[in-house]
Amino acid sequence: MSDIALQLAQIVGERFISKNPEEIFFYSRDPGLMPPHKPHYVVIPHTAEEIQQIVMVAQEAGIPIVPMGAGMSLTGLVIPLKGGIVIDMKRMNRILEVNERARYVIVEGGTSQGKLKAYLENHYPRLRHSLPDAPATATIAANTMIHGQGRLSQQYGFNSDMVTGLEVVLASGEICKIGSCGLSPYWFSKGAPLPDLSGLFLGWFGATGIITKIGLKLYPRKRMRDVEIFVTDLEDLVPDMVYELTHTEFVEDINVFAQPLPMIFKDNHHITLFITGDTDEELEFKRKMVWGCLGQFIKSKDGGFMSIPPVMKPTLLDMPQRSVSRFADVKKGGGFEYSGPIIAVERYPECSRKVMELASEYDLSYSAMARIIGRSHCMMFGFAFTFNRADPDMMERTRKALEEVSEFAIELGGVFWKPTVNEQRLAIDKMNAGAKNLMKMIKENLDPQGIMNPGNWEVH
Amino acid sequence: MKYEEIVHRCFRCGYCKFTSDYSDFNCPSYRKFFFESYSPGGRMWLIRAWLNGEIENSEHFQEILFSCATCANCVEHCVFTFSDDLVNIFIAAREKMVNTGIIPPPVRDYLKNISISGNPYKEPSEERAKWAKGTPVEIYDGHDYLFYVGCVGSYDERARKIAKAVGSLLGKAGVSLGILGDRETCDGNEVRSLGELGLFQFLAQQNIDLFKEMGISKVITLDPHSFNAFKNDYPALGGDFEVYHYTQILAPLMQSNKLPLRDYEVRITFHDPCYLGRHNGEYDAPRKILESIPKVALIEMDRSKENAFCCGGGGGNFFTDILGGGEDSPNRIRVREALDTGAQIMAVACPQCAKMLEDAIKAEEAEEKIEVLDVAEIVTRALA
Repeated sequence: MSDIALQLAQIVGERFISKNPEEIFFYSRDPGLMPPHKPHYVVIPHTAEEIQQIVMVAQEAGIPIVPMGAGMSLTGLVIPLKGGIVIDMKRMNRILEVNERARYVIVEGGTSQGKLKAYLENHYPRLRHSLPDAPATATIAANTMIHGQGRLSQQYGFNSDMVTGLEVVLASGEICKIGSCGLSPYWFSKGAPLPDLSGLFLGWFGATGIITKIGLKLYPRKRMRDVEIFVTDLEDLVPDMVYELTHTEFVEDINVFAQPLPMIFKDNHHITLFITGDTDEELEFKRKMVWGCLGQFIKSKDGGFMSIPPVMKPTLLDMPQRSVSRFADVKKGGGFEYSGPIIAVERYPECSRKVMELASEYDLSYSAMARIIGRSHCMMFGFAFTFNRADPDMMERTRKALEEVSEFAIELGGVFWKPTVNEQRLAIDKMNAGAKNLMKMIKENLDPQGIMNPGNWEVH
Repeated sequence: MKYEEIVHRCFRCGYCKFTSDYSDFNCPSYRKFFFESYSPGGRMWLIRAWLNGEIENSEHFQEILFSCATCANCVEHCVFTFSDDLVNIFIAAREKMVNTGIIPPPVRDYLKNISISGNPYKEPSEERAKWAKGTPVEIYDGHDYLFYVGCVGSYDERARKIAKAVGSLLGKAGVSLGILGDRETCDGNEVRSLGELGLFQFLAQQNIDLFKEMGISKVITLDPHSFNAFKNDYPALGGDFEVYHYTQILAPLMQSNKLPLRDYEVRITFHDPCYLGRHNGEYDAPRKILESIPKVALIEMDRSKENAFCCGGGGGNFFTDILGGGEDSPNRIRVREALDTGAQIMAVACPQCAKMLEDAIKAEEAEEKIEVLDVAEIVTRALA
């Protein structure tokens, strides 16, 4: 074993470090289309203190460290672009505290979305968190780190807006507690009324620090949940429809999907809205309000509610929606990737036309899915294409289509979500000089040696 | 390699690692090693890399492949249409490796022993029926059922007690059954799961021919692993027998009060054997038996039935011990889960699970708190 490997083994134990070709192969790639880069070591720590020591080893040796949750961003954010140590966080998966009355939870940095969901259902059935539709193995820390969205994003914003505190290991090895937890036993706020330092870490993909604990807001969980789908073939009207729906403030989550298959979905836009209630009366009242707010579109025959076949309902109500992963096998090839810019809802028509145009141009199967964030404040529009991993030509066509999406989205005023390294460069190029310099200063000060997930958010 | 056209279709989304409510990781090898490479998705990607020449057959890769307990949790929870083939894919990769001759030494030794001795213990076949001494169980001679005991039940000291309990109970309940004695040979379930398909076919054919020659049409097995081989793999080779796990015969007998029982006030938790449960969908029979005993309190572990956590003995690991050792070994995790229920007895319906879990109780120093008993042994205790 090399010196570094020995030091790492002393920290995490021999069982939890590998430099074997098998782990190097696996951890050099994610399920998306980004090219692989090999790490030198993979470690699986159990505590924040172990991570501190790993960071010190990396600092002394001047080698990179890349924290990894489930690696489900699909855009290569945990691919070690410059080698070094991949830190698989998933052994740090303890749920540390639930403050029921203040409605927040504190979890370790490798805790999965699925584990928290199950824990709350079993122990706190009146509480829930904003579960994304990423696979259940996706971690809470990584999801907030990429500003993910979930089932409650229409009501409460990005999942990162729901963070109530962070514990972070800095590149110096120092442990930092961010928010109220920095000076109080309570984890109720990540910033206010103090200066909000969480922005030094959220959205940085580990390039400024490694999240070892995270506080997250919980919300009331109603006893009942149902789904309705409003269908229109006029994409230009979708923003107006969403505006009316969000005005009611009675909808839990709003997703709009468009896809060519099965045939009944072709050329239509499906506004999927979820409602919740503690009683039949509450649910019925909300349903009435929602139906009422779209009355004008029904009257003008521009859309209508579809009756959802009973076989389809469990799929729609599933949390997380496992059917999202199944999209990867449409071409019997195990792959899909999407570009999901955050963009104004009024841009829905152009985005939906573009995804179909690209699918036709590059001969790809597509799925378009928009998740409304806030009360129509913006949306994540997913340009998703499925590909066959065993068909290099199809993979290349998918890459090209996604590159076009990047250019298109930024021209339309969108901002990349969980951007690839290329998209990060595009964003930095377009960013105003003041903000760009500020990012550079932050990165240089927090990571002077450039060892934290290097290649990401590098401002030159 | 068989199933080669499927391996690239894994998205590595990770649903395969979980229980259905996502409360815990439920893949025993992933739970022990924690590297993604030991998860079903990791194996899929590495098998593809191996087939493409991107990685080689190393000792480490062998450990990754052969530490799979073939427990079928991944089959149960994978979201893709090829989920049914996941374990078959891992077995096919093992087969390819076995065919190269470069395999872990314990796997090689296991296969060699079966090939030479017809059992993994290198014991003479005359010893097979030793457990039956003092029971009414006879050598098969036109009985209604063949009672197939299998290698573990025939040779392992602990498992012999279970064979004795089952044989005695069924006899007492008036079931007409007989054993093969020294004519019994390995059923081949583990041979197949370790990837030696040629040897498996040889063993299966031998058994099928013998059963037919003796006029056997109905078989009761002690071991869910034998049950699985006879039920699912023998038919393709011409072995169409009516096959039952012993709990499936005992359950209706208990419910019709064929065995008089006394009150037995005890807290029991039942551990589902993977080859009875997930592989063959039998979750009720052992529970019905336990529920038939007056005053028994049956408590479920957090992970049960389709979500049961494997003891780590499947896929040949009972013999090779590639997955065992240390506090994160699946059998020790499972025992800690049983202790959490407050049960006094951890019930099993598989001699391999019994042995695995009993070893784990010793390692956890929990002998004072809980004991492992087969369902048949519990019924024996409760006999009036």
